[in-house]
Amino acid sequence: MDIQSCVNIQTEWDIVAARQLGRNVAKELGFGVVDQARITTAISELARNIFIYAHKGRVCIEKMNDKGHAGLRIIAVDSGPGINDIRLAMEDGYSTSGGLGAGLPGVKRLMDEFQIVSSQGKGTEITAVKWIR
Amino acid sequence: MPFREAMEAKYRDILAKYIEEQKESTLYLAQKFSRKSIENQVTPEEIISLHKMILQEMYPEMPTYVTHSFDLLLEIMLGYGFAYREHQSLRHQQKELRSEIEIAANVQHTLLDTKIPVVDGLDIGAISVPARLMNGDYYNFVQDENQCISIAIADVIGKGIPAALCMSMIKYAMDSLPGYRNEPSVLLENLNHVVEQNVDPSMFVTMFYGIYNHEHHLFSYASAGHEPGFFYDGKKKGFTEITARGLMLGIDKKTKYTQYEKKIEPGDMIILLSDGVTECRTSEGFVEKDTLLTYIDKYLHLSAQEIVNRIYKDLEQLQNFQLRDDFTLIILKRSV
Ligand SMILES: Nc1ncnc2c1ncn2[C@@H]1O[C@H](COP(=O)(O)OP(=O)(O)O)[C@@H](O)[C@H]1O
Ligand SMILES: [Mg+2]
Repeated sequence: MDIQSCVNIQTEWDIVAARQLGRNVAKELGFGVVDQARITTAISELARNIFIYAHKGRVCIEKMNDKGHAGLRIIAVDSGPGINDIRLAMEDGYSTSGGLGAGLPGVKRLMDEFQIVSSQGKGTEITAVKWIR
Repeated sequence: MPFREAMEAKYRDILAKYIEEQKESTLYLAQKFSRKSIENQVTPEEIISLHKMILQEMYPEMPTYVTHSFDLLLEIMLGYGFAYREHQSLRHQQKELRSEIEIAANVQHTLLDTKIPVVDGLDIGAISVPARLMNGDYYNFVQDENQCISIAIADVIGKGIPAALCMSMIKYAMDSLPGYRNEPSVLLENLNHVVEQNVDPSMFVTMFYGIYNHEHHLFSYASAGHEPGFFYDGKKKGFTEITARGLMLGIDKKTKYTQYEKKIEPGDMIILLSDGVTECRTSEGFVEKDTLLTYIDKYLHLSAQEIVNRIYKDLEQLQNFQLRDDFTLIILKRSV
């Protein structure tokens, strides 16, 4: 059974709350400090995108267990404008932070699994999973 | 043992050694370690975490403020790890792009391939070297059953892939106009239509087209704004610029071209080139036309192919082996 907890994103402070939630869960699950930091950074990027592009949404953290293998799932959902060209958004160097390696492609690299569903005018849902090594 | 597994023990060794005595030799070990870890895709944040962990092991009494400070450093270095990963992925992409372009360049090579005609009494040499991977210059020879050899030399304004793509089209347009082969001015007029209709308006093509009648040794030619070549007079031992007026291809569909004729005597030469030859830039400015002609003069006794090869080598050296534009040089030499 998966346990989920969520943070609503509306102000920049909510990004911090989402980070905190993610870090706590990662710690509880037994992730090492480096992976804790990676998970937190991924959450931060996704929450920030919601804050900037969709203005409001939600970040949920889920504990996972696959045949005794523990993991953490991040779900970032909003009903904002959606991403027009996902392929482009996932391209290295496209992000406005170009060269910093941050943004969606960076999140994908930090996590083990990454999924994005978005339609224009309806919103965006990004799911990313990290397993304990 | 894979580096990652041995990494911890190795780093512990180096760190312990250095804390004991601050020797340059240990710092050198650290440099080698860092190279190895980069090679093995170990990220900055992993190194910080390793450092913190080993330090804690070595000094269980370590003050907590040091531990906390490493957590902050780790968070900061994570950003560098981010940039580092992107860099790696971009490098990979760049490699892929490069090999794709190399394949395209080979395809282009096959598409635009032309054979230098071998005829008695006329010695022909040609060289064309792209500044980047793909060539925006083009030359072509066709020899027909009536003792005529046609020579086309063209240059797309611009270089690289767009110029190369455009050139492939010009080549096929020319192949589809065989009826006009003997009439340089008419051929250029027809090509001009094709370019005007099919090529991006920001792209212009210059072309020199000539036909050499091997029976009467008459050279008929026309130019569409192409870099002027030279005639070499074997008797007077002097060069004159080939003056031929005409607008570049693709500017105005009503452009008319003038056709010129010149009798070629034994010992005479026709020298055709692209602006990559005359615009060779050295630290002292452009290569003067005179410089080029002195070079040709110097190699006059060689075969036409030898001459163009040597001139290319000389000018390449003069420019410090950095070609700024595609380079094409053709020499036709009537034997004495
Ligand atoms: N939740 C979202 N809603 C709408 N558009 C988004 C969302 N997240 C990302 N995008 C779009 O995808 C692009 C890439 O995002 P990202 O990789 O985070 O880079 P950056 O935010 O630095 O531009 C953004 O510029 C934005 O247009
Ligand atoms: Mg972003």
